[in-house]
Amino acid sequence: MSDRGSRRNTENENRIESVQIDGLVVMKLIKQCHEAESSGNAFAQGALLGLVAETRPDARLEITHCFPFPGLNDETIDDEDFQLTMMRRLRQVNVDHQHVGWYQSAQFANFLSPTLLDTQFAYQTSIEESVCLIFDTAKTSQGFISLKAFRLTAEAIKMYKDGDFSPDVVKDLKLSFESLMEEVPIIIKNSHLMNALLLELKEQLPLDIESAQFLDLGTSGTLETQLRVMMDNVDELNQESIKFNKHQNLVLKQYQDKTRWIQKRQLENQARASRGEDPLPEEDISKAFKPIPPPSRLNPLILSGTIANTADEVSEFCSQSLGKLFITEPLQNAKMSASNAQ
Amino acid sequence: MAVNLRVKVHPVVLFQIADSYERRSMDNHRVIGTLVGSVDKQCVEVTNCFCIPHKEYEERVEADIDYAQDMFELNKKVAPQENLVGWFATGNEITSHSALIHDYYVRETKDPIHLTLDTTLVNGRMTMKAYVFVPLGVPGATSGSMFTPVPVQVVASEPEMAGLHLLHKTKYQKSRAVDPMPDLMKISESANEMELMLDALLKYVEAVLDGSVPADNAIGRTLWDLVQSVPKMDTVEFEKMLNSNLRDLLMVIYLSQLTKTQLQLNEKLSMVSVSNIREMGKVIQLD
Repeated sequence: MSDRGSRRNTENENRIESVQIDGLVVMKLIKQCHEAESSGNAFAQGALLGLVAETRPDARLEITHCFPFPGLNDETIDDEDFQLTMMRRLRQVNVDHQHVGWYQSAQFANFLSPTLLDTQFAYQTSIEESVCLIFDTAKTSQGFISLKAFRLTAEAIKMYKDGDFSPDVVKDLKLSFESLMEEVPIIIKNSHLMNALLLELKEQLPLDIESAQFLDLGTSGTLETQLRVMMDNVDELNQESIKFNKHQNLVLKQYQDKTRWIQKRQLENQARASRGEDPLPEEDISKAFKPIPPPSRLNPLILSGTIANTADEVSEFCSQSLGKLFITEPLQNAKMSASNAQ
Repeated sequence: MAVNLRVKVHPVVLFQIADSYERRSMDNHRVIGTLVGSVDKQCVEVTNCFCIPHKEYEERVEADIDYAQDMFELNKKVAPQENLVGWFATGNEITSHSALIHDYYVRETKDPIHLTLDTTLVNGRMTMKAYVFVPLGVPGATSGSMFTPVPVQVVASEPEMAGLHLLHKTKYQKSRAVDPMPDLMKISESANEMELMLDALLKYVEAVLDGSVPADNAIGRTLWDLVQSVPKMDTVEFEKMLNSNLRDLLMVIYLSQLTKTQLQLNEKLSMVSVSNIREMGKVIQLD
């Protein structure tokens, strides 16, 4: 992936090809996100520590440790202080102390928000290789692990740098809701000692018996919530579209008014010239017709992104439910034939 | 001070201990640290831990107490429900230093437990043991204390099990790496597992029928429960339920794909209208 001579040769473009996560980090994430969920916090956040391995062309980000941030509702705790103390202490026990990103828990892909994009932008400008890890708690309680790593695309960074979210900028950069954040593939890796530990755990915690949660056939509950979320988002997107259309109409009207006004003035001027009088003084058009500020495209982009993500999640959920249904069918048939044969 | 104490450990704790052991500085042979969790009647549940830098010399032990207190404070801010319940050490045996370290922890909390995890794999296994410090001796005469083992087991909640399930895969790969699986693959894998299990069961039943294996009544009863637990529904009802569920799911899939296409359209149209307006603007300016 060489980008020589690209339009971004002033910045160091660090593409991260993959993210490698230690088993320890996965377990810690699970523990913290679920604890936060059960204790009623909206979502859990924390920092990721690690290092960057193998610079270009195949940059890989290794995440070896993580620690949670204190609850957001508690104002007495100073975030900066907490982070610094934590990282200092961890350095003393030889933990990799490079801050490489942050994580957040989410419920069924509703994580996109202006705050998230802001934070990720801040991270990505200060630390080139940072990623945002999203951990889906609703899915894990169903029995599937859902871990995704996101980075802002270069175009999105440019847009944020200018701070201008008008439709013109969005069109120029050819941004669509899909090219706002890009997903980085994740690999989970364990050291040999961890493998030995896993073998030990396998004896103590027989997996087959207890982990059948995801084979549950009762799908309507989750499906309902997901669809409701999607409907709400679609409604909001509708509102945003209406706003945008209104703005377009206003701009059109303004243009028509301007054209009429110019024509009138020209006629006036011609009339006056034919009568031998001085033409009217040139008036600044822009003072007469103030330009209308266009609505920001950020919200629609975010909403579209969320809806797309939710749609994907719903499809995946449905496909695995279908799979489960198809498994039960032959079982039932077998039982029927067995009882008929008796 | 209950000697019939039970200790439950979450897998996170063990992972953390193993990781701290891997990261220890060169001159330490073992790692110690604090355990936090909750105590509930006769049961101590350990949910988190962090390691403490320390040095062991022949006669004494140096541990960074400030560090321990600092980390505990930080942890308390994030997880206020976790209390100090004891400490851990890697290695296979309890040394004389352990008594000294335990002394410190006795001052911090009532009746701390001591957990050892054998990361050096002395017996070819990573044994985990827990102890409490029990005073013994004859009343009136000199009394001492000793570490008494208590039963310990690993417990995990549902999400943790799901995580472990995924992590277990790394054992079988040469590169020790694995991607998080899409849902459908997980279902197909468990279907395969079920098939294997059913095969094993069938072989056992046939062997019993042949008489080659003695029939075990307990197994027979569980088999009977298994067969009976399939819900009784006649074919028509089952077909109806299956088909309606199928239709619902297919409809939802169709609608979500439709929504996605609509989103794309929306984006494109907004951009088109923007460029239209711009074109018009240029035309007017030239006038």
